[in-house]
Amino acid sequence: MKFDVNHALTWITKANEKIQDNKDYLTSLDQAIGDGDHGINMSRGFKETVAKLSENDYVTVSDVWKDAAMTLMSKVGGASGPLFGTAFLKMSMASKGEEAIDYPIFIKAVEEAVEGVKQRGKATEGEKTMIDVWSPVVKKLQEASDFNAELIRDTAKTAMEATSDLVATKGRAAYLKERSKGHLDPGSVSSYYIFDALADSLEEGA
Amino acid sequence: MKKIINDAEQIVTEMLDGFVLAYPNEVKRLPDTTVVTRKDSPIDNKVGIVSGGGSGHEPAHAGYIGKGMLDAAVAGEVFTSPTPDQVLEAIKAVDGGAGVFLVIKNYTGDVMNFDMAAEMAEAEGIQVEKIVVNDDVAVGDSSSTEGRRGIAGTVFVHKIAGAKAEAGGSLEEVKAAAEKVVANVRSFGVALSPSIMPASGRPSFELENGEMEIGIGIHGEPGIERKKLGSADEIASELTNRVIEDAGLKDSDEAAVMVNGLGATSEMELYIVNRKVQAILQEKGIKTHKTFVGEYMTSMEMAGCSVTLLKLDSELKELLDEPSEAPSFRA
Ligand SMILES: Nc1ncnc2c1ncn2[C@@H]1O[C@H](COP(=O)(O)OP(=O)(O)OP(=O)(O)O)[C@@H](O)[C@H]1O
Ligand SMILES: [Mg+2]
Repeated sequence: MKFDVNHALTWITKANEKIQDNKDYLTSLDQAIGDGDHGINMSRGFKETVAKLSENDYVTVSDVWKDAAMTLMSKVGGASGPLFGTAFLKMSMASKGEEAIDYPIFIKAVEEAVEGVKQRGKATEGEKTMIDVWSPVVKKLQEASDFNAELIRDTAKTAMEATSDLVATKGRAAYLKERSKGHLDPGSVSSYYIFDALADSLEEGA
Repeated sequence: MKKIINDAEQIVTEMLDGFVLAYPNEVKRLPDTTVVTRKDSPIDNKVGIVSGGGSGHEPAHAGYIGKGMLDAAVAGEVFTSPTPDQVLEAIKAVDGGAGVFLVIKNYTGDVMNFDMAAEMAEAEGIQVEKIVVNDDVAVGDSSSTEGRRGIAGTVFVHKIAGAKAEAGGSLEEVKAAAEKVVANVRSFGVALSPSIMPASGRPSFELENGEMEIGIGIHGEPGIERKKLGSADEIASELTNRVIEDAGLKDSDEAAVMVNGLGATSEMELYIVNRKVQAILQEKGIKTHKTFVGEYMTSMEMAGCSVTLLKLDSELKELLDEPSEAPSFRA
């Protein structure tokens, strides 16, 4: 199987639906250990991204990701805007030129996305950020030999749930120190929705 | 929620419209952006000073635009950093050929968005330097965490960097002056009641009646201690002593003082706080060079205040005393 433009568009559309459905939930998670804007930021950014993607006819996956990246970067704001924007921009750069991408290129794209997020956020695994979902997903992708929706969804979900046990050392939640324990990381929950939507797009096919 | 607004989604843009209409001869808004600049921007061969951050901190940041202070301010959504494309527009609009200096408060979002904008501007051939302000003594300055936050002390950075640029300082000189402020400015705040997020209608945190939270930032981030509401003198002592200690102020030092209201605390209360702040300084032999009492860096309708002390040397004193035409900082 190859990941094509329709997969890429379905991915973003589904991610947007999940984020809109859970906007208040995301905001309440951010109220607990951040500043209460995460759901609002993500809802605004993904709504605009879907609108932007509907304006054009795309030939390459890379171009879909590039427009998604630029819209997220300019519409989400906060910490998550530049981070999700960077993730999609790195994926776009890693898959340039290909109309549809095969599994090894897909893996490389997500690997570079994670590297980009780590660099931009000056963060690494275990600091209670979205990296704690993206990084385990990449590891599972590397172990598998082909696209596997179930694997992506389950890995992201387990990783998201595990952020509750972590003490934040990056982002606003870091101000809480030990008190950040026992709460899910908002950016990890929205990252789970994004991977859940990716799994949906793989299951639906092109 | 009880707010005088039209539409929660339009508050930032409608606020900026109203701001520009209040100062039509001094400032202008860049079309289709959340950027406000001096009317006469860009100014040839002057370093451009750009600040900004989430909205909800008024008069920060647009109120500090004016001769002797900022060239531009970029407004994000409420309590949310502005995006790189907006910051880039501000940088381009105020670049008069001598480079652009960015004043950033130390929050993950602000630092990342401003950094990205700086990289984009440099790619377009504009020289950019920056300072990250971290004056809040409530959060420890450890490298394993996010470090201290930027709060009201940022206003002194605007003032000093702005004066240095107005006097013809180079980008490096402006940066050096700003670094000196950041090294010598400390703040500490207390909240009595939360602010209400316009988009959700919900308070940014919960606080029982009769309670206060010490060390709260300007977004309702959790502070360091929640306790029974104290008297003005008790609050002023707690805040001031901690700031004096952290700033390393001692006998015969000189300082600028800011008693800043967070949005819903009356001027009357702020003056009562200032009375005690000054008494403590005097007792310790610290000389007040200048005092600022009022709303400088707010948190919408949060009740509470912060105390900021800036340790001065002769250069900082001189720059602080230079004129400013910014609507919210006349000097
Ligand atoms: N340094 C970082 N590296 C990676 N991810 C981060 C970092 N800082 C924060 N995050 C992620 O961003 C999420 C918070 O995003 P949000 O949109 O609420 O931004 P914010 O921190 O409130 O920004 P702002 O300070 O401008 O309001 C966190 O839950 C976390 O997953
Ligand atoms: Mg947040």
